Amino acid sequence: MIPLNFYLILSAFMFCVGVLGVLVRRNAIIVFMSIELMLNSVNLSLIAFASFLGDPTGQMLVFFVMTVAAAEAAVGLAIVIALFRNKQTVNIDEINILKW
Amino acid sequence: MTFEQVVFFLLAATAAFSSVMMILQRNPVNSALYLILNFFCLGGLYLTLNAQFIAMVQVLVYAGAIMVLFLFVIMLLNLGDDKRLREHLGIRTYAGIGFSVALVLELLCIFVFHSQNSAVRQSGNAVEMGTVEYIGKVLFTKFLFPFEVTSLLLLAAIVGAVILAKKKVTE
Repeated sequence: MIPLNFYLILSAFMFCVGVLGVLVRRNAIIVFMSIELMLNSVNLSLIAFASFLGDPTGQMLVFFVMTVAAAEAAVGLAIVIALFRNKQTVNIDEINILKW
Repeated sequence: MTFEQVVFFLLAATAAFSSVMMILQRNPVNSALYLILNFFCLGGLYLTLNAQFIAMVQVLVYAGAIMVLFLFVIMLLNLGDDKRLREHLGIRTYAGIGFSVALVLELLCIFVFHSQNSAVRQSGNAVEMGTVEYIGKVLFTKFLFPFEVTSLLLLAAIVGAVILAKKKVTE
């Protein structure tokens, strides 16, 4: 059997990579994908806990996280499209005012 | 090494590799493809954890629907050539790298020094817990209210996405 810690370490590593992506990258779409990566790393640890504790609540939580992520992706990408239409760029250094 | 360990390490290594490659790519299309690879690996890891239903949903909804949406938007925006996609490194980049490394070290410290759980065995009912039957039973009894609220959330997201993305009609 694989120890629980291995799953948690992988999850922590992927979360840190996601944080790095959000902090370092300037392309709004890649920042957005990094957020999805972080959501998924947390999903992995939730599933690992659910499996090792024998409690289905963790799997339910992952189910709801997936629906929220789908909604978030739809709205976020719509915002990116609206931004691109106004500024012709998705570089978040150039999108530095809230209104124009 | 047993077969199970080989599968785990293969999937985990691919997941870690693809997540790192995802943030290193300059072109968002390559990033999205690496993220899809990462999601497939996560689906496999869910299978090793006896979560069959979630593994299927991971592949169908995440790798299928959400990432297609991402690719669709990337293609739609026509971001331009490599020169326009170049990002310069500033002080903020190094600060970000520093913070991420600090976070990794902190989490490693937790695992090395404070790890008391020695759980190596999955729970007894984990095998039947991942089936569609069990998930459905729990979803429509204990989690019925959150499930119904989710439909409202999705409706709001649809309306919001349409309103945000539609062209302004100029009179």
